[in-house]
Amino acid sequence: MSSRKNGNPHDPAKWELRLYTAGQTPKSLAAIKNLKKVCEEHLAGKYEIEVIDLLKNPRLAKDDQIVAIPTLVRKLPDPVRKIIGDLSDTERTLVGLQLRQQS
Amino acid sequence: MGKSEALPSRVKAQRGTLAKAPTGISGLDEITLGGLPRGRPTLVCGAAGCGKTLLAMEFLLRGAEQFGETGVFMAFEETEQDLTQNVRSLGFDLEKLIAENKIAVDHVHIEAAEIAETGEYDLEGLFLRLGMAIDSVGAKRVVLDTLETLFGGFTNQALLRSELRRLFRWLKDKGVTAIITGERGEGSLTRQGLEEYVSDCVILLDHRVREQVSTRRLRIVKYRGSTHGTNEYPFLIDENGIHVLPLTSLQLNHPASNERISSGVPRLDNMLGGEGYYRGSSVLISGTAGTGKTSLSAYFANATCARGERCLYLAFEESPQQLVRNMKSIGVDLGPWIKKGLLRLEASRPTLLGIEAHLALIHKMVNEFEPRVVVIDPISNFATAGTETDAQAMLLRLIDLLKARQITAMFVHLTAGGNAWEKTDVGVSSLIDTWILLRDIELAGERNRGLYVLKSRGMKHSNQIREFLITSEGIRLEDVYVGPEGVLTGSMRAAQEDREKAAALIRGQEIERKQRELAHRRAALEAQIAALRAEFEATDNESKRVAEQDRAREDQLISERTAAAIRRGADVAKRNRK
Repeated sequence: MSSRKNGNPHDPAKWELRLYTAGQTPKSLAAIKNLKKVCEEHLAGKYEIEVIDLLKNPRLAKDDQIVAIPTLVRKLPDPVRKIIGDLSDTERTLVGLQLRQQS
Repeated sequence: MGKSEALPSRVKAQRGTLAKAPTGISGLDEITLGGLPRGRPTLVCGAAGCGKTLLAMEFLLRGAEQFGETGVFMAFEETEQDLTQNVRSLGFDLEKLIAENKIAVDHVHIEAAEIAETGEYDLEGLFLRLGMAIDSVGAKRVVLDTLETLFGGFTNQALLRSELRRLFRWLKDKGVTAIITGERGEGSLTRQGLEEYVSDCVILLDHRVREQVSTRRLRIVKYRGSTHGTNEYPFLIDENGIHVLPLTSLQLNHPASNERISSGVPRLDNMLGGEGYYRGSSVLISGTAGTGKTSLSAYFANATCARGERCLYLAFEESPQQLVRNMKSIGVDLGPWIKKGLLRLEASRPTLLGIEAHLALIHKMVNEFEPRVVVIDPISNFATAGTETDAQAMLLRLIDLLKARQITAMFVHLTAGGNAWEKTDVGVSSLIDTWILLRDIELAGERNRGLYVLKSRGMKHSNQIREFLITSEGIRLEDVYVGPEGVLTGSMRAAQEDREKAAALIRGQEIERKQRELAHRRAALEAQIAALRAEFEATDNESKRVAEQDRAREDQLISERTAAAIRRGADVAKRNRK
């Protein structure tokens, strides 16, 4: 991943996050748990999480270009970022969300 | 393995062999003896630009259009718009098929730069999308083009490989006939070793460039549970898609016709046992530049069309317009035949395509046009498009192809100056049934054309050389002068003929004179005979007259004596007069 010199330039007021899962798999459940934890710690009060179960809405997989499960999509702020995996590596999750510069 | 019962089985499974899904791609079904393994994945691999995507796409499109099998195209590289445009040039309307729910396209966009990986994941999203696409059209066929893009998008290779293994198992369980494409790797069939996962059927596409000319080739590397052609087969991509040429399946058992067809030149027919070429034979016309090879071919083409048969004329040196114009100048008008659709003139540069691509093209044209006669003018140019061996192999295949269909083939060969006359540098002479040699005869500062029938299998042919004249009225064959002066042609022949005419005139006059002389002598002799006869008659008369006089004198003597006797006594006289 390329290193971003100014990881979080504008400190946006709103974070819109979407987590794609496929059923209640351990990976999905872990992802939801990890995501909530990260958001509470770093984005308290200004985030919004939408969990989409693709088993219920398979069409969205195509529309949103989802291949890997689970996938976290940062819809806002721009640009769109995708983070795949169960988010168990908090450090990499923060880098992926551009909440922290890559060390 | 899940085999869908609802499928229309166009190709019946041969006894004990696995069911196959026909591709509808010209030639490919012949090589695979029916198509791809039904309900199993097939790997199509090859370098960039060798036609993998197209082959996969054609498999889907033809499946939907010809075999009533719906399909899913999962594109990892191209978008739906790109694909639609690409296949439109091949005469397929992808948009329409999508609208009719016969084909579903899903473009999987993977951009490594915008993906971060943290922790464990799987590719369930891909499965879901594929499953949804399959369900949306009830797909029997699936294309994944190309899966290897995944390896660029994700870093966890071990996970990817286990997911791929799961994917192929899943595809088999679904019972779909799948094509997976893969980029050719160094020392392996695919860059990521996809052949590990797809073990039923592997097709390798190849795109080679030799001496600036490219040739596409296809080979079935393996096909588990089925026999298949093992050679490299050339293939073409044109406005109708892919054409594979199952060439080497041909054997030396073509039928032999006794029918004879005219060469278009009556004198030449005479030389060929009086009837012309055999139908379905291969004719070679060889000669140096400007000996009238094309003219002779045009005559043959003309005669073919005049019989109401179709003729395919492949010109590698002249444009159709030029050929028509030039032939018109020697009294052959090919224009009307073209308009009638009996003659098809195809002109292309031999170096435009690889030699096998040429063969493929001819194969295709023969299939489409179904000619009775094919003229190839000239074949010598093939040697420039490939190597000599290639050219020979190609012509051998071509001859086989045409013979098997009872198509009479005429090959024109340009002999390079200085070469032996009786040699073709593409080495086809032994494959040819009738060989006509045109050559220059240079005499007394003049070049004339001579024509021989070098060989003609299965017929009694003239062994004489003929002078070959191209006039504005057409081709004429003349006897050459063979005599004490040697073989003479052209104006030397004409001069010699004139001389002979003069000599004949003189000889005629001489004979006349002698005859007159003889008549004179005869008349003289007859006169002599008449004179002699007159003399004879005169002598005869004279002798008669003398005899008469003698008798008269004797009578008088007797009468005088009688009178005297009477005067002397009577009885003596009576005795004497008795």
